Amino acid sequence: MKSNEICFHEIRFHGRGGQGAVSAAALLALAAFEDGFESQAFPKFGSERRGAPVEAYVRISSAPIRAHNQVYAPDAVVIQDASLLRTEPVLQGLKPNGLILLNADEKPVQASSGFRWVSLPASQIGERHIGRPLPNTVLLGALAAGTGWVKLVALEQAIGNHLAGKGEAIVKANIEAVREGYQFVAQLVAQQRVEVAS
Amino acid sequence: MKQLLEGSQAVAEAARLCRPQVVAAYPITPQTHIIERLAQHVADGELTAEFINAESEFGAASIVLGAVATGVRAFTATASQGLLLMTEVLYNIAGLRLPVVMVCANRAVGAPINIFSDHQDSMSVRDAGWVQLYVESNQEAVDTLIQAYRIAEVCDLPVMVCMDGFLLTHTFEPVDLPTQAMVDNFLPSFCFSRTLDPDHPMTLGGASEPDNYQEYRSAQQTAMEDAMPVIEALDAEFNDQFGRAHGGLLRAYRLEKAETVLLGIGSLMGAVHDVVDKLRDQGQAVGALRLRCFRPFPAQALVQQLRGARRIIVLEKAISIGAGGIVAAELRAALHQAGIMTPVASVIGGLGGRDLTPEVIEAVFQETMFQETNVGEVGAAFQFVPEQIPLNPPFFKGGSKKKRRGKK
Repeated sequence: MKSNEICFHEIRFHGRGGQGAVSAAALLALAAFEDGFESQAFPKFGSERRGAPVEAYVRISSAPIRAHNQVYAPDAVVIQDASLLRTEPVLQGLKPNGLILLNADEKPVQASSGFRWVSLPASQIGERHIGRPLPNTVLLGALAAGTGWVKLVALEQAIGNHLAGKGEAIVKANIEAVREGYQFVAQLVAQQRVEVAS
Repeated sequence: MKQLLEGSQAVAEAARLCRPQVVAAYPITPQTHIIERLAQHVADGELTAEFINAESEFGAASIVLGAVATGVRAFTATASQGLLLMTEVLYNIAGLRLPVVMVCANRAVGAPINIFSDHQDSMSVRDAGWVQLYVESNQEAVDTLIQAYRIAEVCDLPVMVCMDGFLLTHTFEPVDLPTQAMVDNFLPSFCFSRTLDPDHPMTLGGASEPDNYQEYRSAQQTAMEDAMPVIEALDAEFNDQFGRAHGGLLRAYRLEKAETVLLGIGSLMGAVHDVVDKLRDQGQAVGALRLRCFRPFPAQALVQQLRGARRIIVLEKAISIGAGGIVAAELRAALHQAGIMTPVASVIGGLGGRDLTPEVIEAVFQETMFQETNVGEVGAAFQFVPEQIPLNPPFFKGGSKKKRRGKK
């Protein structure tokens, strides 16, 4: 990031209650803050229930963030559960050429055009490291690799701080998960199979 | 050092730094993480206080009343129906002139059931005799809570710090938490002159007859008026020590030569400031004024700030049902008293958590900016922000664009 360039990114997370969308948003904002940016994270306010659709938002900016409105035109969306594609307006407002990170083996057959789709089996990767099919930190690593908006090391630091209360094993597992998510997408980027967001 | 903290967490840390000895609360909906965090601090030994799980918000308010009457600092927090349930006790706390401090995480009230943010809860207790300070950001919530204890203890008045539920309480944003030493320096230990003490018995809250009840109310009113310079002075003193000021009673934003000024409360003002910048860049003479202190109502300060405006918009997230905008009505009265006939458009929006987006705020400005009217021709007393923009009908009767010029 060039130092005097104004940067402003909005990211929307879609998940189901229990998948850690709200935590993922907080971790991303914490990582961006570690990187020296101003950041803001908040859930779509509502009554949380396990399995119900959940949204969370992040703003990352080089200038102080004053507004407390919801995010309507994100630069990227992270979809933690592919079934939400059928039931929730997950692409609503996404900017042209915006990045879609989807927790799935492959791009859906009827993927909307005009966006950059990246699919990865985040639940499987998460399960391998964490012991439960949690996609959230895997997708954060993927987002870092796909956008360059936060550094991997900042995400690792955020996980270390924010999840410290959950014990060393959980922190370590999530750091492995975020790294594998990062490497997965970094490889796609290296193979020029995803354009890096600017 | 700045940290990225959730609003509730930040305010809980601020409360801890103020060293309350009693924290009482009703722990379930509509409660926030503020109390959860403080309970954790007490359990972990990081805060030496008695944490009392009350059976209701009525109980929680009664507990802090009793605690402060025995000369200890206390804290509670609630919102929405919880605040309504406290109402009877809030009047008693104020009438007893007890310096209780609480946080209201502003939320809508039922029915219909709605957990989202607006200002109907705290506005409903505006006449109870509490100082009410409304904050714009989590940083201001932290700083204002620390100031609130000083204001309360200097003025013998209870203080309610009002922060938008969810919009602030559930949002992570950068906050500079002061050190314990800084807070101790600003906020000396609580020394209450009217402490209930078995060795020196006295009555607190006795009966009052018609021949002196009114004098108690008059004394409360005087104390409230006297609190205004205290609130301003303490914000300035806070600025000296912490390097941050929040405007005292009012926070002006780009008011220089502003013809159209939007007056508002709370966290919505962040988006308002963004919109003001955008419109100023387009050459529009707009500005914003944030009412930080709603009680006491700073009528003179408002008149002073708004004297040069040609039209004023009051955008508020509460309604006095059957009358209209609450802040707008009080502002009109203040302007009228000062002989100023500037038209005031009263706009009500954001109820039950509806987002007041920059687009909506800009539309409110646009619809108002080009309208000229005589006060006698003001149409509706107030208007709701319609669901759809552009807004329709105009806020002033006869307000078709640039057709008529207002009489000064």
